Amino acid sequence: MAKKLAVLDVNKCIGCMECMFACSRRVGRVGFDKSAIKVRSAGGIERGFVIVVCRACENPPCAKVCPTEALRARKEGGGVILNENKCIGCGFCVQACILGAIFWDSERDKPVVCKYCGDCVDYCVHDVIGLVDVKGEV
Amino acid sequence: MKVEDMNNVLYIDLTKKGIRTESRRDLFDKYLGGSGVGIKLLEEECPPGIDPLGASNPIILAVGPLTALYPSASKTVAMFKSPLTGNLGESHCGGRSAMAIKLAGYGAIVITGSSDLPLYLAIEGDEVKFRDASSVWNMDAVTVGRVLREVEPGAGVRTIIRTGTAGPKMVRYACAVSETYRHFGRLGLGAVMGSKKLKALVITADKSVEIAKQKRKEYKRAYDVIQNIVVKTDAMEKYHDLGTPGKIYNLNKLGGMACKNLESARAPEEIAREFSGEQIAERYLSRRISCAHCPVGCVHLAALRELYEPGYYFKTVTVPYDNETIYSLGFMLGMQKAEDYLLLNDRVDFVGMDAISTGVILAWATEAYAKGLITKQHTDGLEFNWGDVQVYLEAINKIVEMPNEFYQNLAKGVEHASSVYGGQDYALAFGGNEMPEYHTGLACYMNNLTGARHSHLDSAGYDLDQKLMGKDFTIEGVVSALLKEEQWRQIPSSLVVCFFARKVFTPEIVIQALDAIGLEGWTTEKLEDLGREIHRAKMNFKFREGYDLAKLRIPKRIFEVPTPHGYLKEADLRKAIDIYGEMIGV
Repeated sequence: MAKKLAVLDVNKCIGCMECMFACSRRVGRVGFDKSAIKVRSAGGIERGFVIVVCRACENPPCAKVCPTEALRARKEGGGVILNENKCIGCGFCVQACILGAIFWDSERDKPVVCKYCGDCVDYCVHDVIGLVDVKGEV
Repeated sequence: MKVEDMNNVLYIDLTKKGIRTESRRDLFDKYLGGSGVGIKLLEEECPPGIDPLGASNPIILAVGPLTALYPSASKTVAMFKSPLTGNLGESHCGGRSAMAIKLAGYGAIVITGSSDLPLYLAIEGDEVKFRDASSVWNMDAVTVGRVLREVEPGAGVRTIIRTGTAGPKMVRYACAVSETYRHFGRLGLGAVMGSKKLKALVITADKSVEIAKQKRKEYKRAYDVIQNIVVKTDAMEKYHDLGTPGKIYNLNKLGGMACKNLESARAPEEIAREFSGEQIAERYLSRRISCAHCPVGCVHLAALRELYEPGYYFKTVTVPYDNETIYSLGFMLGMQKAEDYLLLNDRVDFVGMDAISTGVILAWATEAYAKGLITKQHTDGLEFNWGDVQVYLEAINKIVEMPNEFYQNLAKGVEHASSVYGGQDYALAFGGNEMPEYHTGLACYMNNLTGARHSHLDSAGYDLDQKLMGKDFTIEGVVSALLKEEQWRQIPSSLVVCFFARKVFTPEIVIQALDAIGLEGWTTEKLEDLGREIHRAKMNFKFREGYDLAKLRIPKRIFEVPTPHGYLKEADLRKAIDIYGEMIGV
């Protein structure tokens, strides 16, 4: 079954950002400008953290507004696939995602969105995030 | 940006409001970063004999080749001339400071000059904005953080380094606070910022380092090796579970915990239990957090609910608690309840002063008051008394506000205050810096006296003392081991990795990590040589500024209370200092 990324227990998050670093490491970068996951404080660190990442919606609003079908809903039923060749960099997808989970690569003028590869999960030693089965309609 | 862009040094002139960036490959190739590059920049920028609170004192913030690239490489090294000791000021801080400086595109930031009006610096993209800080100048460290969080971009990927109220008043041990709960604590960076009319720096991590294609596999391999060791060593358990206070109870049991201005080195059992890491965690721990890019999460936050006015007016404050602050504001001040300690810690953080120095100064004042050296006239009506939290809370405010000469003197540190009012025998400062937690034996005091920063982490004498329990040793052996440790520690503090993860970064691992990012040619021998060279450069700076082994003042009190090794003898300690002098050739 296809996988998606899930926030298993945000209360265990210590804000170490290892997930963010792991995500950019996939493309040989150290930093956040290519990362599809972001951890930020929930209004001051004492209130804990917010993990912003694609939640693999069943009927993804980002794909609906994409004028070129560069972003498509996954056939497996949840989440999206980005075909960069088709992307014209309009940024509608960013506006459509109310979770703020579509990031922007300003170097290439393309969206950055989770691929559900689970690299970040491997570096989350506090079991905050995990890969789970997509349970939507096929 | 490329790995080599970390050689960029950002020079900021507060007088002229000008900036320039210069590649200092000459320094980074040779001295790595952090302490190594920091001391070289300090040599360049800090003329001999200057007033530490004058415009000529530079502030240097340096990160290193491993910063942001590997787990637990999470610290920034600040270097300046200390307004507290009058010589080397070096303070380390985590939070998001190191990651932000590196990913803003710099290996170091040098701040010189002095502004005519209060300002803060916003470092974002390739720009440095000099912003008017008049409206936040006298704000506490928490509130100014909130204001800048809202007004500046970069949420989640930035550092906000600021002073509280003590910095602008130039309390000599004012600290700089980053991310509300981390500090450049010791030696008065906050006062130097205050003297420059610099309230804060906001630095945004808006760039990324590109690992060369041919190096990516090797980099990931080296990364994973370090990650696996970090999460599997005892560091995780030791520092994540209870945090640094995990050792409080045992240290007290051992008889190495200074209490009530070192009236004794072991608090009663019920006090030790009250202040143990276990008790505080069970009653107050609200969240564990980490510095950027460190999976350990040693930072422990306590939630304290307090009634501040009748009629159900409660407030909940969050207080970062640590081993050293429990010592200085708890044990040293004779606190009976953990809650009272947390209130003091909260106030100290609010005004932005070093918690160790504050506790030791108030402990001296309490004893001096009891002995009649100072009176209510000096204290502006306060009656210092062990465990009286309300009095200490007011005293902290008065140190910042300085309503009279007495508090002006307290604001200059215990060395100075005791030189005015007497009581030097129990003024617990070494090299001008208030003493850290440990009363464990010869090694800890040699560390305090001869360590380049007079910080317990210089050579970890407290640790050596405990390792030597029940063993035969010579003074020569102790001095030699401390010197070797301090020399090696220049390497982790130049890379820059957190000392809590120091055991992970063996020479082999360090060489591998450097190799994997294209910094080749390092060997164990080269690293060790460099450690010695950096240590020597730091000591030379101290000597240049008047530090003199022959003139070190040793408070008699430390010889009057037994350590776990028995009574310490002054002759032995003096002998150890002489041996140290011979070993480093002065």
